[in-house]
Amino acid sequence: MNEMIYTYDGSFEGFLCCIFDSYANKEVLTAITDDEDSAPILFPVRAIRTDSGHAGRVLRKLHKLSPYGEELVRRGFLTCMEEREIRLYRLVVKLLREGPSFLRNFSDETLHPVATAVRHLNGEAHLLKGFLRFSDLGGILGSEIEPKNRVLPILRSHFCARYQNEKFFIYDRVHHEALFYAAGKAVIRPLADFQMAPPNETEAAYRLLWKRFYDTVAIRERENPKLRMTHMPKRYWSTMTEFQDDPYFTPQSSAAAVPVPGVPAGKPAPGTPPAPGRPAPASAP
Amino acid sequence: MKMDVLAKLEILTDAAKYDAACTSSGVRRGFRQGYIGNTTSSIAGCCHTFSADGRCVTLLKVLMSNCCVYDCAYCVNRRSNDTRRAAFTPQELADLTINFYRRNYIEGLFLSSGVLRNPDYTMEQMIRAIRILREEYRFNGYIHAKAIPGAAPELVEQLGLLADRLSCNIELPSETGLRTLAPEKTKAAVLAPMRQIQVRSIQNKEELVKYRHTPKFAPAGQSTQMIVGATPDSDLHILRLTQGLYDRYQLKRVFFSAYVPVVESALLPSKETKPPLLREHRLYQADWLLRFYGFRAEELLDEQAPSFDPRLDPKCCWALRHPEFFPVEVNRADYEALLRVPGLGVVSARRILTARRTGPLRLENLPKLGVVMKRAQYFLTANGRMADGLRFTQDSLLRNLIAVEQSLLPQPEMRQLSLFDDAV
Repeated sequence: MNEMIYTYDGSFEGFLCCIFDSYANKEVLTAITDDEDSAPILFPVRAIRTDSGHAGRVLRKLHKLSPYGEELVRRGFLTCMEEREIRLYRLVVKLLREGPSFLRNFSDETLHPVATAVRHLNGEAHLLKGFLRFSDLGGILGSEIEPKNRVLPILRSHFCARYQNEKFFIYDRVHHEALFYAAGKAVIRPLADFQMAPPNETEAAYRLLWKRFYDTVAIRERENPKLRMTHMPKRYWSTMTEFQDDPYFTPQSSAAAVPVPGVPAGKPAPGTPPAPGRPAPASAP
Repeated sequence: MKMDVLAKLEILTDAAKYDAACTSSGVRRGFRQGYIGNTTSSIAGCCHTFSADGRCVTLLKVLMSNCCVYDCAYCVNRRSNDTRRAAFTPQELADLTINFYRRNYIEGLFLSSGVLRNPDYTMEQMIRAIRILREEYRFNGYIHAKAIPGAAPELVEQLGLLADRLSCNIELPSETGLRTLAPEKTKAAVLAPMRQIQVRSIQNKEELVKYRHTPKFAPAGQSTQMIVGATPDSDLHILRLTQGLYDRYQLKRVFFSAYVPVVESALLPSKETKPPLLREHRLYQADWLLRFYGFRAEELLDEQAPSFDPRLDPKCCWALRHPEFFPVEVNRADYEALLRVPGLGVVSARRILTARRTGPLRLENLPKLGVVMKRAQYFLTANGRMADGLRFTQDSLLRNLIAVEQSLLPQPEMRQLSLFDDAV
């Protein structure tokens, strides 16, 4: 067996094709990378072409062996785990060689790092279900987050079910992608940059109401900053309404100056027309 | 005099904040066509933020009104207290809730109220607000509402059909406490709606089996709260009461609220007293042991030792008093025995059960399964062996466990040494 380094296009399908080709070529992988320049040069490098047919075969095989194993690979690919591709590759190799019984042993050395990373991803997604904040931008709800893992695919079903009759988007500042939802359809698309528009009167009023509520609800005699930070690490604070400075709560003077952000021109986002002018379901107090 | 919503929100939040309950769990409801919102699919609920005191904020926790005809000594809202008063109109409250919900600030509404005019009138106001939310704004999220003691059963029934969870606070752990501190409230008046909700929930479950579309009555059950530290009741008394409430009224949760002195009164601890946070913490630990670990109140405390040891958690205390139960063998013990080991929890005990099906476990595997070895090592064996080089006596064991616990507790405040000690 030859030891090899594979490069791929960075997509999940591309990664699955790396696994497929390593078996087809009878090669053992020491690294899988989507960045050709950073690959170590000790081993020969092969560039893998993405083929959705091959990717599908790998997934079906995984599913047949263990649906949990498939879930681990799918979710593991979204995590920020170091050497994520090669660890997932080793998990798949072990699964194919030994069968799924080791997946029950959480302390198994191949499984443990992957399972821990997936738990971290799930945990972060769970926290963001609560910590994410929307702003009403002329009838469209907009939000920005800064997660370590790529949580958008996991947040999708939660927010689509919750705000079924709304139009909304969530922009991931770290991974430069955004989830768009409108009229029952949701897509995740890369989005290089995005700037949130300043709030109008109503939006600013609700932001202020929320901040006032947040500040009031704490009991002074029980103050416990350490406990708060345990439950809600500071890295989430930057995108949360209650921790913003004064300008965040000042409305833009003229209502007409509030642009509708939605989808920038040229970005594909089927099913998400940035239709402005739709009144918010509930009016100002 | 008209007051704007911002001022009202501030007053009514300030008045509601001493209520401990803030949960959004216990009910799973997916989206409904034409409605906004769902309830969380996670068992743990969904926290939207944490306030400066470290408590979770899930729901918009406000009072309908903080005007109150009662004069309970421990309460900020009692009628003799000189404080700003306000009341939401049902429309204002519904608007506020739905707009907070759209922005993902909250999971739903937690509505309580001071007694405005009389219990029936208060409940009617609350029901009107929730009805606007549910019927006009088609709100499908979580609502926790408080049943006001003394209100008509018909109103409790209506509230239960609109809300997910109901609660009636028993306020103080004993009837003598209630009689001295809250003379207008009686134990009977608090327990009547609690019983009604329980009976109605059981009946509703039977109806749901027969008719799938029966309207659901308080699908997330009911909870209650009591204040700890305002009366001289012992931990044993409180824990027994808690256990009784779980057994007899099938409550989902009993909340404890450390008494924060809000007024100087001869009947109450002085205003300088710090809230008994550690005691509250121990009570919650014991509450978890009752609900998830198969402990009974009598096992944790008895007449000789009616209070919790502040230095150690209740499970460690139990383990120290029962050396005959240990060590527990990781590869053989059943789930119930594993749960009784300090340092092992529900998750790690489950993981041990599944992991040992693939092969024998060694002590080195356990930290990866989430076991806290600092505590568990004294009580576990794997294949008959304890951790290498571990020697201890009953005495040193106690000292070691206290040392482990100490680092987790808030440290006593440091005081600058002074040459001229003026604080005599």
